[in-house]
Amino acid sequence: MGKTLAEKVWEDHVVRRTTGEPDLLYIDLHLIHEVTSPQAFDGLRLSGRKVRRPDLTLATEDHNVPTLDIDKPIADPVSRLQVDTLRKNCQEFGVRIHSLGDVEQGIVHVVGPQLGLTQPGMTIVCGDSHTSTHGAFGALAFGIGTSEVEHVLATQTLPLAKPKTMAINVEGTLKPGVTSKDIILAIIAKISTGGGQGYVLEYRGSAIRALSMEARMTICNMSIEAGARAGLIAPDETTFEYIKGRPHAPQGADWGAAIEYWKTLKTDDDAKFDKEIYLNADELSPFVTWGTNPGQGIPLNSEVPNPESFSDPEERTAAERALVYMDLAAGTPMKKIKIDTVFLGSCTNGRIEDLRAAAAIIKGKKVDANTRMMVVPGSARVRLQAESEGLDKVFLEAGAEWRSAGCSMCLGMNPDQLKPGERSASTSNRNFEGRQGKGGRTHLVSPLVAAATAIRGTLSSPADL
Amino acid sequence: MVMEKFISHTGTGIPLRRSNVDTDQIIPAVYLKRVTRSGFEDGLFAAWRSDPEFVLNKAEFKSATILVAGVDFGTGSSREHAVWALQNYGFKVVISSRFADIFRGNSLKGGLLTVILPQVEIEKLWAAIEADPTMSITVDLESKSVSYKNERISFDLDDYTRWRLMEGLDDIGLTMRNLGDVEKFEEKRANFKPKTLPVLS
Repeated sequence: MGKTLAEKVWEDHVVRRTTGEPDLLYIDLHLIHEVTSPQAFDGLRLSGRKVRRPDLTLATEDHNVPTLDIDKPIADPVSRLQVDTLRKNCQEFGVRIHSLGDVEQGIVHVVGPQLGLTQPGMTIVCGDSHTSTHGAFGALAFGIGTSEVEHVLATQTLPLAKPKTMAINVEGTLKPGVTSKDIILAIIAKISTGGGQGYVLEYRGSAIRALSMEARMTICNMSIEAGARAGLIAPDETTFEYIKGRPHAPQGADWGAAIEYWKTLKTDDDAKFDKEIYLNADELSPFVTWGTNPGQGIPLNSEVPNPESFSDPEERTAAERALVYMDLAAGTPMKKIKIDTVFLGSCTNGRIEDLRAAAAIIKGKKVDANTRMMVVPGSARVRLQAESEGLDKVFLEAGAEWRSAGCSMCLGMNPDQLKPGERSASTSNRNFEGRQGKGGRTHLVSPLVAAATAIRGTLSSPADL
Repeated sequence: MVMEKFISHTGTGIPLRRSNVDTDQIIPAVYLKRVTRSGFEDGLFAAWRSDPEFVLNKAEFKSATILVAGVDFGTGSSREHAVWALQNYGFKVVISSRFADIFRGNSLKGGLLTVILPQVEIEKLWAAIEADPTMSITVDLESKSVSYKNERISFDLDDYTRWRLMEGLDDIGLTMRNLGDVEKFEEKRANFKPKTLPVLS
């Protein structure tokens, strides 16, 4: 019997396999940042260990950095200490770091692909659950905890139990105004936040193959929101074209050898997935969340659901709680919901294509007088690219804020937070209670919906303009 | 990291009747700025603890060491701070009918035992704890069982993880014994795989 893509990448990285033990997997690339690494470096120091492969490790500052006044010292002393600790650790252990102000600084999952470090068939880990993003290249990429960060630093391997595989088949053609963000929100609503638990997801089908690399990254990014540690897409010409010429892309004879290997990275025709689900891209419309987990989503054209409509008692109770927290009444049309803050950014939708798509909607229009729009590029490079295309001016002239790169309001760790009771339309990945600031309320949306919402002040799609 | 051996634990329980408790609820991001492994108990369930009716604020559950939670506990962010916050607060065991993968991995690495029981058993356990908050609960790895009153429920845990927890073994130390395999693997790694160093000019 043939193998799935995930199984091929897994098998190619088994360092040691013994009955009764998890497989020991080799890790090709380890990305680190300031929040989940300090205790791991401390662990190395305590036990007198080194970083085994600094040449397969890369650090950047993203979660806890300000997006304004980045030329000044970080105002919050506790945040400053955390960032300084990363810099000292990288210096001590010989790890390359892209610090605030460096042209390669940015959100770790934007930086890896942008540098060409993310390539098909690799194993990639990071102390961040959205590491699944890199799966868009046909890499097996997943988030790890700090104990595992220490393990990878010390050994460049991880002991792991082999996950099951799930195919997510998306056939058809997306209608104009519908994006890969809507695909993944619809998938999570269908299989729920626990549906992918224990699986690696493989996104397949004509609708997936038609997507750009950046759109594919948006989908793989949110695999964890369906409970799956990793999600991937078979590499193809779109993938190779994206990687070619990037700073760390294979060159010369290596390029040929790489392509030859990469072309073998697809699920065999006779391979069997443990589970398969199907989605029709023709039927999708812009999607938005109404509740406090990413599985609580519906088409933007519909109404806030009635908790009574859920047959499962757990889901019903969760819906009741969510509506109280979100201050929403069942039956309210989603498009009637007023939005205080629009956040465009994050590792989900903070890439150049996302900014271009939003700018095209905003151009020549004004952000609603009662709404604030924050635009936070995913990396310093994305910011520079956008500025070279004049996108910063489009946003600024519309009345939006144009900021420096980082995770920002996606997780509200730095000063970019919602106030209690404030409501956002956010292109990020999590609408958990208080995720964007204590008492804040989040609706997850695509960049197109974010842009239209900023102009109208209520949840809207570009078609409403 | 040095891990304590976990063989058996007896303590009282606390019922957390909520599903989908994500790691942002267990500890919000603003509490993740420390560079140590201790002191995270102040951030545990921070948003909910301002409510005097929240179960952690009730006097009868103050000394509980076994958290019994709803389905899908620990979803979302990979932050191991969630495990440290629970441990720093005094929890030794969390019981739920389903845990998110990354949280489960983190907990078992760090010596916080996460036990999966069917939802029907969770409901019975909640009711029993609420009826008598002083009720003693024993979670035993030797027999892989949870016992209280006249109940004894078995749970699954793979033999390798169970052995590691019962011996208090550090994963890194175990892998270090097999560095020869790692070196052999590295010899045949493809040349075209990218390296982050030397820094590009």
